[in-house]
Amino acid sequence: MNSDVLLEVKDLVKKFDDDTILDGINLSVHQGEVVVVLGPSGCGKSTLLRCINGLEPIQGGGVYLDGVTIDPGAKNISEMRQKVGMVFQSYDLFPHLTIMENITLAPRKVAGRSKEDAEAEARQLLERVSLLDKQDVYPRQLSGGQKQRVAIVRALCMHPEVMLFDEVTAALDPEMVREVLDVMLGLAAGGMTMVIVTHELSFARAIADRVIFIDGGRIVEEAPPKQFFTAPRTKRAQEFLNTFTFEDKDSQDS
Amino acid sequence: MDLEFIHKYAPLYVEAAGLTARIAFFGIVFSLIVGVLCGFIRHFKVPVLQRIVGAYIELSRNTPLLVQLFFLYYGLPKLGIMLSSEQCAVAGLTFLGGSYMCESIRSGLDSIEPIQTESAYSLGFTPVQTMRYILFPQALAVSVPAITANMIFLIKETSVVSAIALADLMFVAKDLIGLYYQTDEALLMLVISYLILLLPISIISSLVERRLRYAGFGN
Repeated sequence: MNSDVLLEVKDLVKKFDDDTILDGINLSVHQGEVVVVLGPSGCGKSTLLRCINGLEPIQGGGVYLDGVTIDPGAKNISEMRQKVGMVFQSYDLFPHLTIMENITLAPRKVAGRSKEDAEAEARQLLERVSLLDKQDVYPRQLSGGQKQRVAIVRALCMHPEVMLFDEVTAALDPEMVREVLDVMLGLAAGGMTMVIVTHELSFARAIADRVIFIDGGRIVEEAPPKQFFTAPRTKRAQEFLNTFTFEDKDSQDS
Repeated sequence: MDLEFIHKYAPLYVEAAGLTARIAFFGIVFSLIVGVLCGFIRHFKVPVLQRIVGAYIELSRNTPLLVQLFFLYYGLPKLGIMLSSEQCAVAGLTFLGGSYMCESIRSGLDSIEPIQTESAYSLGFTPVQTMRYILFPQALAVSVPAITANMIFLIKETSVVSAIALADLMFVAKDLIGLYYQTDEALLMLVISYLILLLPISIISSLVERRLRYAGFGN
C-alpha cells in the first residue's frame, strides 16, 4: 500500500438482501485529498459513505483507514468512527441539547476531554463559521444552513482524519447552500481529507482534486474535475452530465 | 352535613391515605422499572423476549386489576408463595402498570429518527452511550405525558385493594358507611382525600410537560 494513502476501499460489496448496491468498489484517498463522488440517484454513493463510516455491514471487500479495517462488527468500531467525521443530508443535530452541548458532548464523553478544553475549541470553530452567537440556543431555532454548519463543527471537534459529506446541501433552500459550501471550501483549503457526495456540479468542480462517477454500484469513471466535466470518457458520464445542462433558447434554432 | 362526624373520623382517612400512597408509590416505581425493561425489549425487538413481553402486555391490559389481585392473593399461596396483602397489592399494581409504562416508553423510543443513532455512532459514541446521552433523554421527553397519565391512573386503581382486606381509603369509606350510614360525609371525605393525593401530581406533571415543550424539543 502507498504510504500516502489515508483511506482505502478494496473490492467493496454491499447487498441489501439480494439487491447488490455496491459491486466491487476500489478507491484510495490520499492525505489532504478531496474526492467528489457523483452519480445518479440510487447508484449507491450514499451507501458508499455509510460503509466507509462503518454504519452498514458489508458483504465483501473492506474499508481501511491508516491500514486498520473499519468493520461495524468489530470491537474497535467506535474508535474507528471517531477518526471519520460525517455530515448527513437531513439535519441530524440532537434536538434536546443546545448548540454548545451538541458540539462538546462527544469530545467530553467519547474522547474524555475537559469541559473547558472542549468548549474553548467549540467557540473557536463556531467563530469560524460565524455562529458564535448561537452557542446557547437549541437546534430548532436555527435555519437549515446554520444547522449544517453546526453539524460540520460538531464533527470537526472530534479531530477526524477524514470528513465525509453526504449531500449536505440537498435539503437546503438555495440561498443557504452557499454558506455551507463556503465552510467546506475553507476546510479543503486547510488541508482536510474529504469525500463528498453532492449534486452541486459547479461546487464539485471547484473543490475536487478527483471526481469519481458511480453508476449501478460500480465506479464507471475516475478523473480530475476539469477532464471529467469537459471531456468525460464514458458514455454514461456524458449522459449524466447532459441531464444537468440546458441549451440556451437562442441556440436551439440554429 | 355532620361536621362532628367528619372531624372525628378524618384521622382514619389520613392513615388510609398513607397506605394508599405507599402502595401507589412502590407500585409506580416497580411499574417504571418493569416498563423501561420491557419497553427496551419491545423497541429493540429482542428475539424470544419480545414475544414474552407481548403476551404479558396483552394479559395485563385485558384483565381487570381486581382479577389480577385475586389471582395473586388466593392463587399464589397454592403455589407455596406467601405474600402479605400489601405485597400483593404492590405486585398487582406493578403487573398492571408495567405494561402501560412499557408501551409509553416504547412509543417514546420509536418516535426518534434513526438518523439520531447514526449521527451519534458517527461521532464515536458506543451503543450504550448513544442510549444514555442521545436516545433516552429524547424518548423520555416524548413519554412523560403518557407516564404521568399512567401514574394518576395507577393511584386511582389502588381503590380496589380493599378487596384483599387492605384498609385503604376506599375500605375506610365503605366501613364507615356500613357502621353509621353516614353516606354523604364518608363519601365526601373519600373524594377530598383522593383529590388531595392526586391534584398535586396532576399540577406538577403539567408543569413538567410545559417545561419539556419549551426546552427546545423537536426540530
